[in-house]
Amino acid sequence: MSDERNLTCEQALRFLAAYLDGELQDATDREVESHLARCRSCYSRADFEKRVKQQLAALGRTDVRPEFTERIRRLLGQFAASPDAPEP
Amino acid sequence: MLATPMAPNSADRAWFAPEVERLLPELFGTALRLTRNPTDAEDLVADAVAKAWIGLDSLQQRDALRGWLFRILTNVFLSSWRAAAARGIHEPFDEEGGEGGEGASFSLFERLHQPFLLWWGNPERAFLDKLLREDLERAIDALADPFRVVVVLVDVRGCSYQEVAESLEVPIGTVRSRLARGRAALQRALWEHGQDAGLIGKGNRPRKEAQ
Repeated sequence: MSDERNLTCEQALRFLAAYLDGELQDATDREVESHLARCRSCYSRADFEKRVKQQLAALGRTDVRPEFTERIRRLLGQFAASPDAPEP
Repeated sequence: MLATPMAPNSADRAWFAPEVERLLPELFGTALRLTRNPTDAEDLVADAVAKAWIGLDSLQQRDALRGWLFRILTNVFLSSWRAAAARGIHEPFDEEGGEGGEGASFSLFERLHQPFLLWWGNPERAFLDKLLREDLERAIDALADPFRVVVVLVDVRGCSYQEVAESLEVPIGTVRSRLARGRAALQRALWEHGQDAGLIGKGNRPRKEAQ
């Protein structure tokens, strides 16, 4: 017999951010997942918040200027060639 | 000032430069959101790479480089951020009050969602599709520093709450609270931008706010 609770929408939404961040304990994680599987409204909310998170995560990657790549190459080349510390 | 790096095992470190180069867009992307300034972001990445080279012998496994390098980047940023805070450079903020006068309660989804349209359209997804990268960057950059740093570390970098708490030297509850308030302020900024830029359909009238 399972101890799993049937969460209300209010409870599920209270856990939603931590659920999407992967921060819930296994049991609560399963309870939220189970609620989302049977509640269309909360599922839509979860799907929306997940998309917002994905769009924010995409900001973590930005093209660098070729000059900057060259600066890093030069820096590491100097480190490798000499024990004297160049300025970054 | 950087300590003098050791060079004797440079041959063993030949793998490091190409790996760093491969990670540069990610390092720079994170640094840019942390510093909000391309020049400062480049300096931050260069500083982190230099510190990584100096401490490379402490890296146990090469495939842990990515996480290790990002931890260094974050710590370098936080050191300079704390130093600036100690000099009173950062604006004071209200930990309890949050931003926008309504703390963590603002929800973009609740503003956009129209249950009666469930089978005909999806206005909240349509809204996200219309947002430009610059809209998100502007909204995140506008957050007060303590909220922005937590949102960047969790949502942009993908750090755990525990990692952020340790990096910031604050309780995990503070991370949760700042994250909720930061996200709410971010969504409010996107909502306001959506209204100003005409991205929101006629059905999404702003509701009266409970202030």
